[in-house]
Amino acid sequence: MPEPKGPRSIVCIKQVPKAQELQVDPVTNTLKRVGVPSEINPPDRNALEMALQIKDKHGGEVFVVTMGPPVFTAALEEALAMGCDRAFLLTDRLLGGSDTVPTAYALSEVILKIGGYDLVFCGEETTDASTGHVGPGIAGHLDCAQITYCSEAELLGDRVRARRAVEDGFETWECPLPCVITVNFLSSQPRPESLTGKIRVKRGGLITTWSCADVGIDPNKVGIRNSPTIVAKVDTVVLPDRKAKIFRGDPKEAVANLLDAMVADGVIAP
Amino acid sequence: MTLPRDKSLYKGVWVFLEARQGTLRDVSLQLLGEARRLADLRGTDVSGVLPGHAVEPLAREAIEYGADRVYLVEDPRLASYRSRPYTKVMASLIERHRPEIVLFGATKNGRDLGGRLHAVLETGLAADCVKFEIDKDGNLDMIRPSFGGKSLAHILCKQHRPQMASARPNVFPKPPRKPGRTGEILPEAVPFTEKDFDTTIATFEERRTGQEAKIEEARIVVSGGYGLRDPKNFKMLEELAAELGGAVGASRKAVDAGWVPKAYQVGQTGKTVRPKLYIAVGISGAVQHLAGMQESEKIVAVNLDHKASIFEIADYGIVGDLFQIVPEMVRQIRERKAHRAVSVATR
Repeated sequence: MPEPKGPRSIVCIKQVPKAQELQVDPVTNTLKRVGVPSEINPPDRNALEMALQIKDKHGGEVFVVTMGPPVFTAALEEALAMGCDRAFLLTDRLLGGSDTVPTAYALSEVILKIGGYDLVFCGEETTDASTGHVGPGIAGHLDCAQITYCSEAELLGDRVRARRAVEDGFETWECPLPCVITVNFLSSQPRPESLTGKIRVKRGGLITTWSCADVGIDPNKVGIRNSPTIVAKVDTVVLPDRKAKIFRGDPKEAVANLLDAMVADGVIAP
Repeated sequence: MTLPRDKSLYKGVWVFLEARQGTLRDVSLQLLGEARRLADLRGTDVSGVLPGHAVEPLAREAIEYGADRVYLVEDPRLASYRSRPYTKVMASLIERHRPEIVLFGATKNGRDLGGRLHAVLETGLAADCVKFEIDKDGNLDMIRPSFGGKSLAHILCKQHRPQMASARPNVFPKPPRKPGRTGEILPEAVPFTEKDFDTTIATFEERRTGQEAKIEEARIVVSGGYGLRDPKNFKMLEELAAELGGAVGASRKAVDAGWVPKAYQVGQTGKTVRPKLYIAVGISGAVQHLAGMQESEKIVAVNLDHKASIFEIADYGIVGDLFQIVPEMVRQIRERKAHRAVSVATR
């Protein structure tokens, strides 16, 4: 009798401009993406780590998926070198300008096209758009369970149990497979790329590239024209000029002056 | 689920009322105030949606805070938030009553719910809004920080209804409560299936100290950054915060270094705070950090580097060695308190 195969996890990742490189184009007021160093969205690395830990323990396989221009291949190669088995790139001009609704729809169609999944992992949110809407959106499209903001997950047969951080503590949720799990940033130490992983990537053949037509994505449901939201305009933030009262010199004197000034302005009690 | 596209069919401003352990979250009450303002601009009214178990008293409370009507969905299985049944509550009621605007608190559960719901309804959802306006065409202008707080993006959802948005806690002030204010409480039935409850909450560990969770509600926040050099130096900040009756926060660098838990983090990928007083100690003031605290009423910066960008948005600053300054602040505040106590006692 053949051994049971183990779970199949699919991790959805995004390539984002490096946080410290976030620059706004002064002319167009949009985020500079061209020529800016990019990386795997940091929380997505924690999502990859969680999926790979489940594979370490239970076997099975980890697939990685992204949607974006062909340059996103770099993120997929890194994920493969971390230990993912296969990668899928959904790339199509039709997808340009998609907000979270078409993005969640398109990614869920890719997951269905891959065929068969037990767990879907996403980072809690992206550092460039910071919505956190795509993970739960995928679960909504797939009509499967979801557990968001997780720091740990364990597989219990055909169920999954995950520890979820909420404002006032931690909840442990349990649900049947399949399930979408979104993973907290900094919840683990993501493994680095391995040498053998890099060699596997170099040999090639691990990345499948699909267009919308390949997947069967409805062109009338994606792209900027089919996105419910648009960014109508962007204002530069003008910070209030607070005219700082700066104190220097002897610490004792500086603190006394600070406290006196704050008392005079009514900020603290005398 | 396909909602009708005719926008004229949608009326009213809704707030998802999030009940947590027998109380309404502050952010839900804050949103009732903002919903009231938007409803007045649109010439319509405010409804709350309250799923839960034995939560009718909270519906009355929501009315006293400005709701004209509360749709109440009570079921023992709704006692704690779970994604699927709560999504079904919202989706069913939205389909039934067609609100024009739906607001959520950007809590973990609010985002979990909104993210799933907007995909099911295929309508727009803007996250973490800091301001709302109504544009000349009657659309909700959903304004949110982007690019690490350097700019504000105006998001419009022109063709789809409802227009949905979330806002973080403390972005809007809590409206005054008007005891005895009346409104309708309408019980609603939702056709749940077994599958809606396939997720169970096995355990809940409440955070004991409460310290970490309180940053967003604290009137005074003392935050530490990389300049503290060592996790044990956060003790100093705790002392200062304790003297002032405040909470301790941290910059992302201090969190990334593993000095304090993620729950302390103030900034773009952490929490947004707007306390009466924010004291930034050893924080240089990266835009991502400023995004989470620049709305504070008064800002004090303590930094060795007089060119640190934190001074640009500070009301007060001390340029100097924080390891001397912070203990001195604690000492002098104690001294002043003691003096005050003595002068009161001898009056």
